[in-house]
Amino acid sequence: MFTALFNYWVVIVLMMAGLYIVMASGHLVKKIIGLNIFQTSVFILFISMGKVAGGTAPILKDGISVFSNPLPHVLILTAIVVGVATTALGLAIAVRIYEEYGTVEEDDIAEMDNHDQDLDIAEYQRIESGK
Amino acid sequence: MIEQLPAIVLLLPLLAAPICSMIHNGDYAWYLAAASCWLAAAAAVGLMAQVWGGHTISYHMGGWPPPWGIELVIDELSALVVILVTVFAALVISALRESLRPKMRKHRHSLYYAAYLLCVASLIGITVTGDAFNVFVFLEISSLSTYALIARGRDRRALIASFRYLVMGTIGATFILISIGFMYMVTGTLNMADLAERLPALSDNRVVQASFAFFTVGVALKVAIFPLHLWLPNAYAYAPKATTAFLAATATKVSLYVLIRFLFDVYGLEFSFQQMRIDLLLIPLSIAGILIASLTAIFQTDAKKLLAWSSVGQLGYMVLGVALLNTAGLTAAIAHMFNHAMIKAGLFLALAAMIYRVSSSRLDDLAGIGRQMPLTMAAFTVLGLGLIGVPLTAGFVSKWYLISGALDKGWVPLAAMLIGSSLMALIYIGKIIDVAYFKPCKPEHAEVREISPTILIPCWVFALMSIYFGIDTRLTAGVAGRVAESLLGISS
Repeated sequence: MFTALFNYWVVIVLMMAGLYIVMASGHLVKKIIGLNIFQTSVFILFISMGKVAGGTAPILKDGISVFSNPLPHVLILTAIVVGVATTALGLAIAVRIYEEYGTVEEDDIAEMDNHDQDLDIAEYQRIESGK
Repeated sequence: MIEQLPAIVLLLPLLAAPICSMIHNGDYAWYLAAASCWLAAAAAVGLMAQVWGGHTISYHMGGWPPPWGIELVIDELSALVVILVTVFAALVISALRESLRPKMRKHRHSLYYAAYLLCVASLIGITVTGDAFNVFVFLEISSLSTYALIARGRDRRALIASFRYLVMGTIGATFILISIGFMYMVTGTLNMADLAERLPALSDNRVVQASFAFFTVGVALKVAIFPLHLWLPNAYAYAPKATTAFLAATATKVSLYVLIRFLFDVYGLEFSFQQMRIDLLLIPLSIAGILIASLTAIFQTDAKKLLAWSSVGQLGYMVLGVALLNTAGLTAAIAHMFNHAMIKAGLFLALAAMIYRVSSSRLDDLAGIGRQMPLTMAAFTVLGLGLIGVPLTAGFVSKWYLISGALDKGWVPLAAMLIGSSLMALIYIGKIIDVAYFKPCKPEHAEVREISPTILIPCWVFALMSIYFGIDTRLTAGVAGRVAESLLGISS
């Protein structure tokens, strides 16, 4: 059971590890890494799905009767491109965040934002009471 | 020409986007972007004319018949959503040029328009495609371009909002990918019509049930169904001014379309609602969403955040309509999808015009603005009445159907709750109107003048549309009613 479904166990472990990093880490770059691991697990899921035991590559040639299903593999090529684009965009935004805030730690950023918000609210209340 | 319309409506913005990014002069890029949006809108109207009355068009991309090739399927529901996306995108981009001008260096404008067009194209793609994997790819294109658009906001909090949306949106989209993978595993097809044929026989299969669970959570993240709405308020509030109008009108509505399409057509009514009982999950969540989001909106001190929270509440109405599972409820959901997109886009655009003048969206900065920008604020007020659901506005029509949907079920407390939540809308919209008309103007805003016609005219188009569709409901409730009957399998 374990060895027969080895790929799928790997998928589950990677998926959970990735999601855990996204949720638990406050470092924005680490979040992107976690997101990447999560996406990679789905790539492996699709690739394992298309693999036929003992099958070869799907090429038109005499003597080839068992071959893997190419469709999931092609789908995953697209999904990998999407994943790369997401990572690139996420890292670009992380760089911009570092430029603006001077940190990529979520807690520090939240603290700065709350400070900004408090100033906004204090200003609002001052005007409300001063009229 | 006419039979190529499904491809044309998709390809116009998709091809214009890369060309736009190569044009260095922002003004020329704008002409191209606006022209492609308006042409796509015209094509969308042409599509609606072809499917009017309940017809369906199947278009084979590249001449390859399904299941080998990609099929585009247009019926009345998708034609309505395509009209929603293209017409509102065209109206917003007409105003966008003026609103970008002081904020961004000119050579950056063309890149911004390119991202905008990519978003429009992918939203159209999600709507017209008949292929489940295509839905995922277009969903990701639309999300990626949306993240880029939001991150261009002037406030640095826009970056954080965009990053949070990126993390949540990617998780949601990947869940949808997992769900599509599971469906392919057991059926061996990605064509939505074929899936719909093969899935009912497999309704006891654990893999299909798991795919349904992954799909629901993934799409719920994209639709921003309470409690998965957390990305929405900040993303809307910090997105660049006029862009918010486009995002609020289209992105969540198209995701809701995907939800309706998969629940009713792909998984099938019986599986989704009788076996998996998705309505038991959606009804309490949407009621909680309506009440909590409307209450949060009342306590906002920032006009943009107020409207963003109101969007979460209004999405609750649509999801509730879907989950009621009767003709009136589903009619309300689909009609409200269109009406709310129109009203909220107009509200955000009118607000953008005011922010353009006073450089702030805080309520106290908008004090007295109704006297300085009377035309903009009048449009805002008309649209605000539509959001509340005053008779003779579009919002009334959809709320009427929703309440009759609740009464058809015999759920009187729910109908009372819906009327109560409309009163909450009255409070939060009233808050802005009160500030704008009855508070003294801040001295530093004494010089504020009316906005230029390039933004004012689109605002008024939205306002007049919201009145027109409150009186003539053939396009909204008429189509929605026919679609609802065919989705529920009731022959009229």
